[in-house]
Amino acid sequence: MARRDRITITLAIVLCLGSAYGWAQQDDQQQQQMKGLDEEVQAIKSDVLGMAEELSRLEEKLLFPSGTQVAVFIALAKGDPMRLDAVRLQIDGQLVAHYIYSFKELEALRKGGVQRIYVGNVTTGDHQLEVLVDGKVEGGADFSRTEHFAFRKEVKPKLVGLTLAGPESGNTPIALGEW
Amino acid sequence: MLRAPHRLLGLGLAVGLAARPAVGAELRDLYFGEALYHAYQGQYFDALQRLDAELAQYRGLDEPGLDTLHYHINGAEFSVGDFELNYRMHQRAGRAIKAVLEGAVDEAVRNEAAFRLARIQFQKDQLDDALHALARIEGTVPGEIQDDVEFLRANIYLATGRPAEAVTVLEELRSDESLAGFVAYNLGIALLQDGRSQEAIEQLDQAGQLPAGDHAALAIRDKSNLVLGSMLFEAADFERAKQALDRVRLEGPFSNQALLRAGWAEASAAQYDRALVPWNILADREPTDVAVQEAMLAVPHAYASLNVPGRAALMYGRALELFSNQIERVDASIGSIREGRFLDALIREESRQDQDWVIRLRSLPDAPETYYLMELMASHDFQTALQNYLDLEDLRSKLLAWSTGLDAFDDIIRLRGQNYEPLLPEVDAQFRELDSRIRLRFEQRKHLGDRLQAMLTAPRPEYLATADEQIAGARIALIEQQLGDSDRPASLALRQRAARLRGALTWRLETEYPERLTAAHEHLNELNAHVEALTRQYDSFVRTRQAATHSYVGYEAQIERLRERAGDALERVDSLMARQGHMIETVAIQQLEARRERLVAQQTQARYAVADSYDRASRVQAGPEGR
Repeated sequence: MARRDRITITLAIVLCLGSAYGWAQQDDQQQQQMKGLDEEVQAIKSDVLGMAEELSRLEEKLLFPSGTQVAVFIALAKGDPMRLDAVRLQIDGQLVAHYIYSFKELEALRKGGVQRIYVGNVTTGDHQLEVLVDGKVEGGADFSRTEHFAFRKEVKPKLVGLTLAGPESGNTPIALGEW
Repeated sequence: MLRAPHRLLGLGLAVGLAARPAVGAELRDLYFGEALYHAYQGQYFDALQRLDAELAQYRGLDEPGLDTLHYHINGAEFSVGDFELNYRMHQRAGRAIKAVLEGAVDEAVRNEAAFRLARIQFQKDQLDDALHALARIEGTVPGEIQDDVEFLRANIYLATGRPAEAVTVLEELRSDESLAGFVAYNLGIALLQDGRSQEAIEQLDQAGQLPAGDHAALAIRDKSNLVLGSMLFEAADFERAKQALDRVRLEGPFSNQALLRAGWAEASAAQYDRALVPWNILADREPTDVAVQEAMLAVPHAYASLNVPGRAALMYGRALELFSNQIERVDASIGSIREGRFLDALIREESRQDQDWVIRLRSLPDAPETYYLMELMASHDFQTALQNYLDLEDLRSKLLAWSTGLDAFDDIIRLRGQNYEPLLPEVDAQFRELDSRIRLRFEQRKHLGDRLQAMLTAPRPEYLATADEQIAGARIALIEQQLGDSDRPASLALRQRAARLRGALTWRLETEYPERLTAAHEHLNELNAHVEALTRQYDSFVRTRQAATHSYVGYEAQIERLRERAGDALERVDSLMARQGHMIETVAIQQLEARRERLVAQQTQARYAVADSYDRASRVQAGPEGR
């Protein structure tokens, strides 16, 4: 092989491997500046997280006091292959939530995440919850299920957990859990 | 070549030991589940906010054992560290796990905490601390992390320049199927670092042929083949180099480099016709890619070597055109970046909806600033800088939204005040009157209850006389008083009659006493239901009354403080964004200028080659006499 070819080849490999080529040319001062900036960014993240926590408490106190708070959560039955498209909730006949799921949200639910779909206020006492679920089974066919539940609101915040399952899973399509 | 393994090592760990939130078999705490829901979508700020709040609440409880988070507390502490790391908060990451490590937990949990802490410290490049954390593992190690612990240990050895020890550990891990590709690849790198090149080649050869199912395993297999192919190529073993490079998938992230090198492997063995196969595939790919641009020169070089100068001249002409176009694009990119459009493009909301947003940005029409983004993204530090910028933009949006939210809270509080303040004095006055009546009745009920309780041990039949009986008793007493002690016969007869009446009354009270006492208790118990209902109503009213006040009183100071904090934070974020943005632009321009220089060099090379090829083609066409 010609010497020139070998040099060209070696150069090509070096260039291919040097994906951080431009970056590597930064001087130390630039690297230090970048590091310093990164630390400042981390500090502001920490501060803003602290604010977010305080703001969230304030919001809860102001908008959803424990005496009237009701929160509804959605989870998927473990390992269920159904594709959840939408959930609609009515409390005492009033539509309170109608949620259409993105791919990322569906994946998060499939991995075991729990979505707080609704938080609102109701008076203490007995209430009716209607849940409508739209989705697709593994084969692609549409399905739709509606269930009615009764729940009682006490003085403490009411947490309602709904676990959804496809019609082919053998699980209850919409199971209510209370916390 | 020595740098390559260390750089490539990152993938082996990042994918093999990707931090995953720790959740038990059954989720019992909905808010922990909500934090996971956000984390699984990459929304680490929201995940941290939720989990921080949950943990703060849990720690403030008198009896945390009764809280639903108690079932997940270790997983929650572990997850905080993972979320912080994913949110690039390295300084904070690990604090929560250290708390678990120092707490009174059982051996398995402590060992898992030590492992997770070591993993965080490894990713923070605190290698000695990471080894120290691993050294704390002793006794029972949860089965699901046993191999992960050893894999991490091997990676730390590799990163600290102890490849021989890494080899020993990795040899033991060969049987773990879930880590198979990563172990095989890292073992090859460890052998290479240990100076055992031949064994490294054999090991990478095995790693490059392992069955792979998921995306990560396929990627590490491709990388094994790419590194192996490059090593064999440098060792001038072109045939084997080509075999390894041919195993790299055509659609994977390493395919461009593999195609380029496969072509060079063929060319080095003077198989120019075969070299054209991968190079021609490459030449039709995304023209901003370094390997593609290299192939644009390599293809005509092969034709020239095959003595097809006419075709070579044509292809050099195409290369020349491409380099000219790309130089224009780089210039446009640099110009656009200087005008600030690069940063604007990065923060477009619609462009960050999925994980391929960087790739899609490149093809945005009329956005020259993003053409070479993929190239820039190849650098980890640039990615960090870019992610920081995007995080700052997110923080900025949040802070602006909060400022609006705080204004809305002010409005809510003002309106609630306007609604309640005229109503409450009247309500309070009515309540005070009602309250005194209720308290009186409660006192009476208590008195009755106490009396009945006392009568169980000291019977008092007269207390259970009916109203008629009490009147009758009073009248008998009056008659007896009027009769006095007179000895007159009429009086005696009347006293006897009065005594009989009193006796009859006493008889009735005494004989009916048990039934009457029982009935009295029953009536009192019936009263209890009413008293309880009244108490509930009373408590409900008190709560509602308190809630009315709490709904608008006492928030001003907190809201004002939050508003000030948000304002200060916004100023800091703006300043940081400007500095971070300037840094990104500077580095991007530096890199693009370097890229431009390279394109200009390639353009010059192509220009000379075109001329040379045309000369050669002319000579061939002119025949032997023309030479």
